[in-house]
Amino acid sequence: MNPAARKIVPKPKALNCPSCGSAIELRAMGAAATVVCSYCSTTLDATNPQLVILQKWQSQITVQPLIPLGSRGSLFGAVWEAIGFQQRGINVEGTNYFWREYVLFNPYKGFRYLSEYDNHWSFVTPLPSIPVPGANSAGRPTMAHGGVVYDHFQTAQAYTWFVIGEFPWQVKVGEVVTAADYVAPPRMLSSEATENEVTWSAGQYIDGNDIWAAFQLPGAAPPAIGAYSIQPSPVVSAPGRPWKLFFLFAALLFGMMILFATKARQETVLNETFTFQPAATGEKSLVTKSFDLKGDSANLQVEVNGELENAWAFIGMALINEQTGQAYDFGRQISYYHGVDGGESWTEDDRSDSTILPSIPGGRYYLRIEPETEAAAGSTLRAASPIRYSVKLVRDVPFYFRYILGVFLLFLPLPFMGRKGSNFEQLRWMESDYGAPPNVAVSLSDDSSGEDDDE
Amino acid sequence: MSQPSAICPNCGAPIRFRWSSAIQTTCEYCKSILVRHDVNLTKVGQVADLPPDISPIQIGTEGRYRDTAFQVVGRIIYSHAVGAWNEWHIVFSNGSSGWLSDAQAEYAVSFISAPESPLPPPDQIYRGFEYSQQGVRLSVTTLTEASYEGVEGELPFQFWDKTTCRFADLRSIDGRFATIDYTESPPLLFLGEFVDFDALRLVNLKEFEGWTA
Repeated sequence: MNPAARKIVPKPKALNCPSCGSAIELRAMGAAATVVCSYCSTTLDATNPQLVILQKWQSQITVQPLIPLGSRGSLFGAVWEAIGFQQRGINVEGTNYFWREYVLFNPYKGFRYLSEYDNHWSFVTPLPSIPVPGANSAGRPTMAHGGVVYDHFQTAQAYTWFVIGEFPWQVKVGEVVTAADYVAPPRMLSSEATENEVTWSAGQYIDGNDIWAAFQLPGAAPPAIGAYSIQPSPVVSAPGRPWKLFFLFAALLFGMMILFATKARQETVLNETFTFQPAATGEKSLVTKSFDLKGDSANLQVEVNGELENAWAFIGMALINEQTGQAYDFGRQISYYHGVDGGESWTEDDRSDSTILPSIPGGRYYLRIEPETEAAAGSTLRAASPIRYSVKLVRDVPFYFRYILGVFLLFLPLPFMGRKGSNFEQLRWMESDYGAPPNVAVSLSDDSSGEDDDE
Repeated sequence: MSQPSAICPNCGAPIRFRWSSAIQTTCEYCKSILVRHDVNLTKVGQVADLPPDISPIQIGTEGRYRDTAFQVVGRIIYSHAVGAWNEWHIVFSNGSSGWLSDAQAEYAVSFISAPESPLPPPDQIYRGFEYSQQGVRLSVTTLTEASYEGVEGELPFQFWDKTTCRFADLRSIDGRFATIDYTESPPLLFLGEFVDFDALRLVNLKEFEGWTA
């Protein structure tokens, strides 16, 4: 309806750097204030069609952006083009700490930033409103915004070391602003102040791999180093959270146990009763009839029951595969003793015993049994009496021990988790102005306090 | 919205007003700045070539603010030491008018507002200065020396030959926004709020090659 509405703003034409003559592509459609030539690093006024030189490059350091300028990626619901890159630094007690910032641009949504420090990334959005200053219980400064209280982390003079590409403000190497960070991991509020302006922005932690995926960068994101101010604690530090996880996984194990218990076939494949004559001479071993173990690999429960009278018996067994000859040797000892001692009757009843053979492949098997008792070795009268015993084989039985073990293993790290979380918090706050987490009262020396918000 | 027509006193092209209360407009054809006296238009100046477009908004863009439809009918372009911004003159379907400012795609809607207490003179305002208006506590976050860079379309006042002036931007804890404009004496106060681009539901936007809104 409006004829002007169909007017398409063309891609900006390539211009030439007035300093070195290289082609400069303006990506931000005129929204940028500064463009820095990628070749000779001369800073130019992007608002002037003649690209007036603002600053000639004094080469100190050169930094290669990890996200090439001109690449586009979809982050937080919009497409962004990386158009500018700078390295900034602060000096703390003689040591320079550097971080890098990428300017992201969308002609409708405006500017966002990606900030990178030791391969920790955050996505930064300019904040239209200003936060409310306060103090925490330890007397340390805070900023409140959107119902979240942020703890003061650091205030420092941020120095611009290296710049290429386009910026929505006029940026120069050597520019210094007072930068303050307040953190509520995984979020951060940052302010940058000069004499006539203070700007606030909100950052949120983002995994480097998400950036690599969004911008389709080759390879993988370099691994993050150390603990970053707004890195989510890798160990759950919220009280109660480890217990929640514990109960979740315990419930999961319980569910698996129920599932496998109901799925277990519990098929009795052999149930025979034998009589062992210890006094008899000759071959004591016997073999059972053959039986089928169906299906794939599954366990096999062996249960031995004996009728004993103040005696013990060891039932040596071998489960033998008819086809392959593969043998599984095992044995069970049973015993029953009772008597009267000092007018009190006592019993020791171990007349039945069972075991589970794990992972027996399917096939046709038989059992070779070789019982033993002390009568066989020596010869006492009472042991000479015959022993009746039964052997029962059950294929695929539910097996509870591993679940109990699982729950036990889940429980093991719990007492340590809270501690590890607080160790991470110590590490996180080590790099702050305070060197200690926000619940610790620390008085700052005058030179690093930047809290006096305004004059 | 009535559309009184007139003739450009410079080139004779028809001038169509989108907004009946417009005091000033520009001729789309010869770029003359025209000021309306009753029914006659007087040429008061000539628009230089506008600086490169820095906004997806254009004259004719339509949108909604707080459930009231508006149309963009004019703009003032300001530039300052480190950039430029647009003040788009918007006219609502109920006949009232306001401003949609676009500073590097940070959007705010504001309306002229009578100061409840005297505004400080330009040499006495500073970053952090606090001012309350309509129960909103505002704090100066930016002081800018800006100059007029160009005008386009219909404006509620004559604006064509202003020099460098001081502007103070104020923000609140809840996204409210104000500007103290020292182009006039006493200074003007505009009060409003920051708005999300998507919430404005703008149509008839400029298209950018290689981008979709």
